Amino acid sequence: MEKSRRRFLKVAGIAAIGLGAAPAMNFAATDAHGPAAASRVKNEAALHAERWGMVIDIKKIDDKLAKKITRACHSHHNVPDFNHEVDEQLFPDTRPVNHTQDIKWIWKEKFHYAFPDKEDEFLNEKFHHLPFLVLCNHCKNAPCVQACPTQATFSREDGIVIMDYHRCIGCRFCMAACPYGSRSFNFRDPRPFIAETDPDFPTRSKGVVEKCNLCAERLAKGEQPHCVEAAEGAIVVGDLEDPDSQVRKLLSEHYTIRRKQTLGTEPSVYYIV
Amino acid sequence: MTKNMIVTGLAVFVLAVLSPFWFNLVTTTQAAPEPELLGRAKEAQKCVLDKYDMRANHMSLLDEWRDAVVRDADRIYVAANGHTFNMSLSTGENSCLGCHEDKAKFCDACHTYTSVNPYCWECHINPKEIQ
Repeated sequence: MEKSRRRFLKVAGIAAIGLGAAPAMNFAATDAHGPAAASRVKNEAALHAERWGMVIDIKKIDDKLAKKITRACHSHHNVPDFNHEVDEQLFPDTRPVNHTQDIKWIWKEKFHYAFPDKEDEFLNEKFHHLPFLVLCNHCKNAPCVQACPTQATFSREDGIVIMDYHRCIGCRFCMAACPYGSRSFNFRDPRPFIAETDPDFPTRSKGVVEKCNLCAERLAKGEQPHCVEAAEGAIVVGDLEDPDSQVRKLLSEHYTIRRKQTLGTEPSVYYIV
Repeated sequence: MTKNMIVTGLAVFVLAVLSPFWFNLVTTTQAAPEPELLGRAKEAQKCVLDKYDMRANHMSLLDEWRDAVVRDADRIYVAANGHTFNMSLSTGENSCLGCHEDKAKFCDACHTYTSVNPYCWECHINPKEIQ
């Protein structure tokens, strides 16, 4: 083969084009197909609402049922019970409990505490004995959401006022802002006081605030909240914005009251009395 | 200065500079542990992301998942490889721990080696740990 400068340059040029072509071809190839992007979706069975609300029929609730409802909620959400005897072997050196620091998601309250503005000298005596179940009202204008400096508490699109415990710094502004006392602070590690830990819901840690989440984790699976299941028809949860929903039907058929309505927080929990 | 002194000085300098290598030669170092795939994870042979991507970025993935679940109520993750996962650390069959059943061998092995102390388990529950 004849060796010349001209021939060498020709071969070198072709080789250079070949080397440069490979990455360009690869780039074009990936661009054409494009790597499939990951996406996040809702469970198909999930329950939806424009704005979740709750109706509690106090006439159907007695002390026993109220206790059952509280237990159903608290046991499934790993809410600590400070009356629980601590296992000394698992949790040695647990300091004594302070019952003013109890943690509550849904609990029985006396009428004049739950509805102080409706307290009256001549009020029907029966109201003083009815077990009013109180919980987070999932307010439309939630003051706790406005108070939270880290957006750990926020209003979800469907009206549920929910917390991201990861973000909570434990400042307790929300507790001061909530006019219903629906929030509790973990002054200590709750784990020693949980009789049976439910693996389907995390516990909380020391230094965060917690409250009812309207069982968002169950609504996402298409299930009713624990309190509704335990209440034997006394509690109904549904869409307040849907005129055909069961809660709206109950609201149109019965006279209902809400807690501290004059404050303008627009609570989403209604009581049939 | 004599030639000898310069050569000795150089030799001492080279020895000192390479001291980390000598140190490693005389001491035994522990090899980084490999996360062990057991049970369902071993059978499945598919992960949420590519193996190396997962090793480098699992923490930011978990961060995104948390925001998706808590804020947008999206709980299902459809991965780029077409598989769907339950965006949960420890609840349900298709969650992280649902597949990687042994937390000690999967999470803790590397975290302990690298002295990382994530506080996931202060709240989240390893189902194996409740009696």
